Amino acid sequence: MSLKVDISFKLNGVARSATVPVETSALEMLRDALGFTGTKYGCGEGECGACTILVDGASLNSCLLFAVDCNGRDVVTIEGLDAEPKAEAVKKGFVDKWAVQCGFCTPGMVVQATHLLNQNPNATDAQIRRGIEGNLCRCTGYVKIVEAIAAARDAVPREA
Amino acid sequence: MTIERYVAPETLEEAAAILSQGGATILAGGTDLMPQVHSGKLKFKSVLMNIRRVGELQGISMQGGMIRIGALATVTDLLTSNVVREKLPALTEAADQFASDQIRNAATVGGSLCNASPAGDVAPPLLVYNAEVELVCKPDSGMKVRTLPLAEFFTGPGRTRMEPNELLAAVRVPVPKAGYVARFVKFGTRPALDIATISIAIGGVKKGRALHEVRVALGAVAPVPLRAALTEAVLEGKALDAGLIDQVAAAARDEIKPISDVRASAWYRQELVQNIVKRMLTDVAQG
Repeated sequence: MSLKVDISFKLNGVARSATVPVETSALEMLRDALGFTGTKYGCGEGECGACTILVDGASLNSCLLFAVDCNGRDVVTIEGLDAEPKAEAVKKGFVDKWAVQCGFCTPGMVVQATHLLNQNPNATDAQIRRGIEGNLCRCTGYVKIVEAIAAARDAVPREA
Repeated sequence: MTIERYVAPETLEEAAAILSQGGATILAGGTDLMPQVHSGKLKFKSVLMNIRRVGELQGISMQGGMIRIGALATVTDLLTSNVVREKLPALTEAADQFASDQIRNAATVGGSLCNASPAGDVAPPLLVYNAEVELVCKPDSGMKVRTLPLAEFFTGPGRTRMEPNELLAAVRVPVPKAGYVARFVKFGTRPALDIATISIAIGGVKKGRALHEVRVALGAVAPVPLRAALTEAVLEGKALDAGLIDQVAAAARDEIKPISDVRASAWYRQELVQNIVKRMLTDVAQG
């Protein structure tokens, strides 16, 4: 029996409480305990980015984050991403540019792309490529993905 | 062993007191801890201590002639710090080549050093900048702090001179003198998320055509990130012409005795070190 710890945090803008086994990852908690299955389990060791979420405004691999460490923090998953300023443009970019093939990497890509454009609204194409270096697409649809993020960048008024 | 207690202290004294009571597994960014637990490389101790909320371990600041990098500063903090960019550009360079955005946002400087990977990206530039680590403990009622040159901190892969009751609180780096130049190069098969095949940092004060107070640090060529003393001696104080650069590069190649592994053979690592040292010094000579 593993030790369980009570935590409370904000999930997609809503206050949540959970009781989690202490060694559990945030990804396991989100998917298996709370039912937020939009975030994907790919590699489990921070290589693929399919499990990318936002915590206190920074993108993280939720497979490497201990669920207990969510206590008191602001967690945003793909399901709640719409509250982020660039999310709508990013999603529209992925649709318009046909940047989805099998779709498995897409939630992580969309979360990371949103974080990237939040941080750097004028990201160059090279910066976009660097920004998604922690996200693998095994359909190798990177060209369309970069086009989608560039379209999202160009769709919003550039900030001075 | 299973975890019997989870603690998330908010002060350094609390954290040190918990460590002095016996074994605790320390959690900071989690990016190394989680995979090490899953692979069976690391077993949890009976206490899991999450230090991420300890205020004294955060932030990067100038204190007198020293730059203090809190153990919990993330690699993104390094990358975006103006102080680091201005005073320690080779460290910014290493941070830029570190893993991926998601990992940089979580991984901490203290965690990277305490994991003591021979291929750790932040160690070579910190060695070149003559960093020291601040280790704290609370053996009785009072807190004790000792500092150790980073060059003496590592003892083997995953091993350091830190005692079980100690916590790495910060890295302190003396502000480099005017005219100090430093470079960092990491070689891997792809830019992102790659463990260095080899990495090299070189620094010194440039006077005329020569480098003085030279330090050369190498990653992934030995059981620990290491200072290359013989190479430094060849380079120290002499005019950086093509002949000297060849001599230094050959000295670096001959000074190391790397292993062969999945990333490269020993021979290839030696060739890489020779060629990249040559390229770096040529760049310094022309810059």
